[in-house]
Amino acid sequence: MARIATLARLELTPDETTRFAGQLTAILAYADQVQQVDTSAIAAPATVAPAASMREDVPVPSLDRDVVLSQAPAADRPGGLFKVPRVLGS
Amino acid sequence: MSLPETACEIRAAIADGSVSAVDVCRDALDRIGRIDSRLSAFLHVDEHGALARAAQLDRDRPAAAPLLGVPVALKDNICTAGVRTTAGSRVLEHYVPPYSAAVVERLERAGAVIIGKTNCDEFAMGSSTEHSAFGPTRNPWAEDRIPGGSSGGSAVAVAAGMVPLALGSETGGSIRQPAALCGVLGLKPTYGRVSRYGLIAFGSSLDQIGPFARTSRDLAALFGAIAGADQRDATSAAEPVPDYAAGLDGDLTGLRVGVPRELLTEGVEPGVRDAFDAGLRALEEGGAVLRDIRLPHASLAIPVYYLVANAEASSNLARFDGIRYGTRADAGTLRDVYYRSRARFGAEVKRRIMIGTFVLSAGYYDAYYVKAQKVRALIRQDYDGAFAEVDTVALPTTPTPAFKIGERTEDPLQMYLSDVFTAAANLAGLPAISVPCGLTSERLPVGLQLTARAFDEPTLFRAAHAVETRLPIPGPASR
Repeated sequence: MARIATLARLELTPDETTRFAGQLTAILAYADQVQQVDTSAIAAPATVAPAASMREDVPVPSLDRDVVLSQAPAADRPGGLFKVPRVLGS
Repeated sequence: MSLPETACEIRAAIADGSVSAVDVCRDALDRIGRIDSRLSAFLHVDEHGALARAAQLDRDRPAAAPLLGVPVALKDNICTAGVRTTAGSRVLEHYVPPYSAAVVERLERAGAVIIGKTNCDEFAMGSSTEHSAFGPTRNPWAEDRIPGGSSGGSAVAVAAGMVPLALGSETGGSIRQPAALCGVLGLKPTYGRVSRYGLIAFGSSLDQIGPFARTSRDLAALFGAIAGADQRDATSAAEPVPDYAAGLDGDLTGLRVGVPRELLTEGVEPGVRDAFDAGLRALEEGGAVLRDIRLPHASLAIPVYYLVANAEASSNLARFDGIRYGTRADAGTLRDVYYRSRARFGAEVKRRIMIGTFVLSAGYYDAYYVKAQKVRALIRQDYDGAFAEVDTVALPTTPTPAFKIGERTEDPLQMYLSDVFTAAANLAGLPAISVPCGLTSERLPVGLQLTARAFDEPTLFRAAHAVETRLPIPGPASR
């Protein structure tokens, strides 16, 4: 549980860790049914998407930078930057 | 004065000048004001924007607009520029998208009036709308019961008569299942038929936006308005868009309907079975022929779905890290910003991210994710085989009618089994419709589900129309 939570960058409370452990075990045990299926005839995993059509690589206007930054929890709007806590030299 | 009820009647009445778009809009707002404090279908009603839009339509009168002045509700995981879009999550509680989804642009071109945003399970993860961070939505047929989910708010807005039309989204049944449990029609389109641009992503190889309505003609009108190619969604299909309202005459002569009877043993309640059998008889009365078919791998749809969808979800939801949008937890280090901001996801979202992360992690990827994708290919092959012999496959949409609020929240696996008949169509990328086919003895609606070949939505509309004319159900008491 701790390893997966770290991979997912999820903070779980002790209560969630206990509750989820049982629930996830049950869900994965149920999903284990797929192991019984003979898939030797299937060479590659499924894809249902129509073959992605490539479009011409033409520049088009993108979203206004100021409008995008207005949704950031912390931003330096005049500088056009997202702000995060210090990463280096701490 | 009594205003028209269906989208087709509303459009005609506004076009010939007998009512105004503003009158229709005010009527929808009044209905929401009267009913929705009990049902909680809407998270946000855009009263000001909707009235301004209706007034503009009354001035401009765009003659060819197929949804002229028709009020439409949108599931709150569909982005609307300048209008808050939460996906039912605390993480996006204050999010105002800088752009609109492709379907929103198309609705605006079609002359629709967007009334507001509807409640859903957080990030569309759930089958009851109980996993919304903003509280549950109630079923208008029995207010102590769930409306289904994840598009429960949209289903209820239509079922309770607040609006004639709504959009939802599907990853494993999230339109058809609430449509069935609320007694309205709902369509999951062929994968690629409707642009996903501006839909907050859950399982990208499964997600599709689709319509809710109370009549097949209204459903066809809304679907025709949103279907079609879009360069901004690389999986969107170039296939031409036909007139979905053509041929709705109740005549199903020559239609071959496959019934996978062995699947009907999977916990189908007697009341659902009776209504389903009535639905099959209605198809036969229209001239359709029933045939027994087999879908040997369809019973694996739920395990395959929860491996594939959650793997994709864990990847898609990585973007909610408290940096570019959404809410950020106060923390001194970047690492803690990630962990504490993501701690605000609800329990069901965390469970699914955990499963998906596990399924994709080193040492388990081949055994779970690749294996599940191979079984998914077998499910698609089952349908391809069936469609060599029949034109559509019939099943109940759900094994049970609407259950009580709280009944399944502590047992995720039991909740997942609500989608036992719906998830296969998403895995196979095929179109499927749910149409009401009766009520149980407790007066709860039951849905008949029909699945067709890729891009054969016209067959689904024709069959649904034949069922609805032969098996009309009343509205819920609250309508």
